[in-house]
Amino acid sequence: MNQNIWITFPELLIWFPLIAGLVAFIIRKENAVKNWSILASLITLGISIVSLVYADNTKHFYLNNVSYFWLRYLGSNFTLGLDGMGHVLTALTAVAFPVIFIATNKTNYKNANVFYGLMLLTQSGLMGVFTAMDLLVFYFFWELAVIPAYFLCSRWGGERRIQATFKFFVYTFTGSLLMLVGIIYLYMHTMPTGSSEHSFSMNAVYTAMLSPAERNWIFWLFFIAFAIKMPVFPFHTWQPDTYEQAPTSTTMVLSGIMVKMGVFAVIRWILPIFPGPVSEFDNIVIGLSVIGMIYASLIAIKQDDLKRFVAYSSIAHIGLMCAAIFTKSEIGLQGVMIQMFSHGINIIGMWIVVDLIEKQTGTRKISELGGIAHKAPVLTIFLVVIALANIALPLTNAFVGEFMMFSGLFKFNFWYAAVAGLSIILAAVYTLNMVQKVFYGEANSVTEKIQEISFNQKLVLAVLVVLIFLFGIYPQPLFDLTKDTVAAILTRIK
Amino acid sequence: MNAIILTAIWGVVMMLGGAFIKSKATPKYLAIFGLAVILVANCLEMNTGMPIFTVDVKNMLHFNSFNLTFINVAFGCTLLFFLLSGRDIEKVGENVSEYFALIFFILCGVAIISTFNSLLMLFIGIEIVSIPLYILTGSDKRNLKSNEAALKYFLMGAFSTGIMLLGIAFLYGGSATGSFYIDNIISGNAPMPPMIAIGLVLLLISMSFKVSAAPFHFWTPDVYDGAPTVFTSFMATIVKAAAFFAFVRLFENAFGSMHEQWQTLIVILIAATLLIGNLTAVFQQSVKRMLAYSSIAQAGFMLFSLFALNNLAKEGLVLYAAAYSLASIGIFAILIKMKDYTIDGFNGLGKQHPLLAFTATVFLFSLTGIPLTAGFQSKFFMLMAAVQTGHHIWLVIFAVLCAAISAYYYFRIIQAMFFKEAAADAVILADDITPAFKILLVITAALIIVLGLFPHFLTNWLYF
Repeated sequence: MNQNIWITFPELLIWFPLIAGLVAFIIRKENAVKNWSILASLITLGISIVSLVYADNTKHFYLNNVSYFWLRYLGSNFTLGLDGMGHVLTALTAVAFPVIFIATNKTNYKNANVFYGLMLLTQSGLMGVFTAMDLLVFYFFWELAVIPAYFLCSRWGGERRIQATFKFFVYTFTGSLLMLVGIIYLYMHTMPTGSSEHSFSMNAVYTAMLSPAERNWIFWLFFIAFAIKMPVFPFHTWQPDTYEQAPTSTTMVLSGIMVKMGVFAVIRWILPIFPGPVSEFDNIVIGLSVIGMIYASLIAIKQDDLKRFVAYSSIAHIGLMCAAIFTKSEIGLQGVMIQMFSHGINIIGMWIVVDLIEKQTGTRKISELGGIAHKAPVLTIFLVVIALANIALPLTNAFVGEFMMFSGLFKFNFWYAAVAGLSIILAAVYTLNMVQKVFYGEANSVTEKIQEISFNQKLVLAVLVVLIFLFGIYPQPLFDLTKDTVAAILTRIK
Repeated sequence: MNAIILTAIWGVVMMLGGAFIKSKATPKYLAIFGLAVILVANCLEMNTGMPIFTVDVKNMLHFNSFNLTFINVAFGCTLLFFLLSGRDIEKVGENVSEYFALIFFILCGVAIISTFNSLLMLFIGIEIVSIPLYILTGSDKRNLKSNEAALKYFLMGAFSTGIMLLGIAFLYGGSATGSFYIDNIISGNAPMPPMIAIGLVLLLISMSFKVSAAPFHFWTPDVYDGAPTVFTSFMATIVKAAAFFAFVRLFENAFGSMHEQWQTLIVILIAATLLIGNLTAVFQQSVKRMLAYSSIAQAGFMLFSLFALNNLAKEGLVLYAAAYSLASIGIFAILIKMKDYTIDGFNGLGKQHPLLAFTATVFLFSLTGIPLTAGFQSKFFMLMAAVQTGHHIWLVIFAVLCAAISAYYYFRIIQAMFFKEAAADAVILADDITPAFKILLVITAALIIVLGLFPHFLTNWLYF
């Protein structure tokens, strides 16, 4: 069976955007490069959809897994694989990019070829993170995904972009290097394989021989790296600045997908490698997450800048995911899997609306806006649906995930769930408050000239809204896809 | 053996040739040709094990594939340096062929200190390297800073040489058999006799001086800053890497069995070097001076090979030498072309000369240690070697935090190149760029990426 397959899905998902990105660099015409990026990202989406058809690893193992020799004498092979969780996140990445490209099609960038090239390279890096089955390969992609994002934010961002983006880079780079020390330490305690003394392969690091004390401190080296990326309180300070300063299309990538790298990595690597420390430190991590949720929600209420507003609301949502992971319950983990996808869809929707408003009015200040509903009713309808999904109202996709995560948290400890539950109320307060101030009330001089959105924008928002309702009403496909991953991880922890 | 003899001969040829060659460009081609031949000769010696010249060295020099690979790396980097910066060497002064001759003598010294098996050879090699370097540092005769740097370097260098001689004398007196051979000085892990201990510390000090490890680094910024930039590039890369190789060779073969007794000293050296190098580099405005401090910081990482002293460390050292030399030669080659050596001088380079800026980014990424570049692999090997020893993990964590600091000053150049604008009519480059120069930059960058992906292309050679 193996011999007949000349290329596998994970390879396609990584190499295609990479090549497409490199091609984009040499396309000089702005319109051509825009169309090329949309086409390329749609093809990637197609590949991802086809891969979902063959997602069953018991039947189609060789379509989803591949390994090349790489640094063989060090025990690192270029191993890629798609399991249920990998499928969900590569699908999210594949959906997000065409949506982003189409929604921001009207935006003109200086040196558009470089901009779109870097965007596609980011996509390739993200796909690599989600499919890496070898710890060193994972580290490579983990770092490489950030580099194009760094250039995107620093080159095309707002006024304070250089400082803000550099803060982001230094935070993540420091975290990654600490993780690198952890990776090496872990590697030095893995079992010998046929060709090398130690190994970076997933099985080898899962079964590394470490004393409980060693495990405890290496756990923190890994966790800090992932906590910075998610971000979990108190490592979140880079995030609002970066989201605010980055060009909106890049912010969508950062908040829609890149933060999922952290959540994903905790599930993929921390839970199976460090079951002991996860139990030992669960109260600290969940405590931090819950504090972060409440803290971010409170700040979101006070925010006047739409971008910072969405940024803080995102911190609150990610906090819940992090807390739910550390409950180690089946329902909590299932919820996280679904919420990773849902949050990606919802927040990209939010950003698209924010971007549309900013492009038309030239401001992001909530206090300066108002009455958009009279001028652009269709936009308003879309926004209201997305906003309701952000509050996790029933029938929307976020409800399913949040409900399950809260159940997990509730089982773990009533008080955490009770305090974290406050954030739902706060989310309703700040989201509805924003909707009311920006969209209803009297139109003023700023919003006077606002126009209804174009067909393209209607189309992508409609796609997002359909996805919101689809997975709100019928989340079963996501359950089916991820239940094996969850089960496998839980058996390792028990 | 080929390398030592041929470089010496070619140095003499270059020097005498200078009297007859009137054209300014000829010495460069002569030097490139000579070095290419020497490189081939060295490869032949490595593959066949049969040198062209068989000299009975009484075991004072020792040739194996490990040493010869390092010589290949050093000479290969020098060849690249000639190709990239040859034109700039011509611009330093009148006596072009002499500069090349001096560099060949230095390479002869480099070959000796990478193969020495006797303390005498180490001393002779270090002197052969140092004296031409003093001259090169002061080669910009009309420039006061260059003169000052040369004098400072000479005085400090002479002082450290004196310390080294004293150390060698102590070791000679302290060793049981009264021998200069490095593998005969001590045996086993017995507590060190006082004479040996004093000798070891004196050698440690003088070698730390040569590789500019803190707290013996004070000469480095001034000398690197004062010397003509082309020669700074050579000094900071190939010479430094060779000194490191000698340092590790000496301590591994002579004192390896007592590793535990002097490891603590290395730990202090590493911590001080990393801290001082990185923190001071942050505050520099001149890129040339910043690179001088960053070379101190990089030395801190290379010192991990002395700390660990295992196979990974030795592979890592050769890899580090290659990665660091390639990246530094590249970034210096670009710096030489700049009109303004401050960080602001790089503003807008990405717009005016995208290729230069792109390759500079690869070099800076490599120096920072971003994956996909050779710089990452070399740091990775060093960290692996250190972790493998199983203790002083705090030092490893400290080192990666310092690497994070280094991102700050390397990325300032990237920010200047891509994200800041130069004045509309500003001339960024002082010199015109030839297509050959661009191609060579791309080749250098490509080599860095290839080594970053497949470090075993280099490390496999070590075990032939």
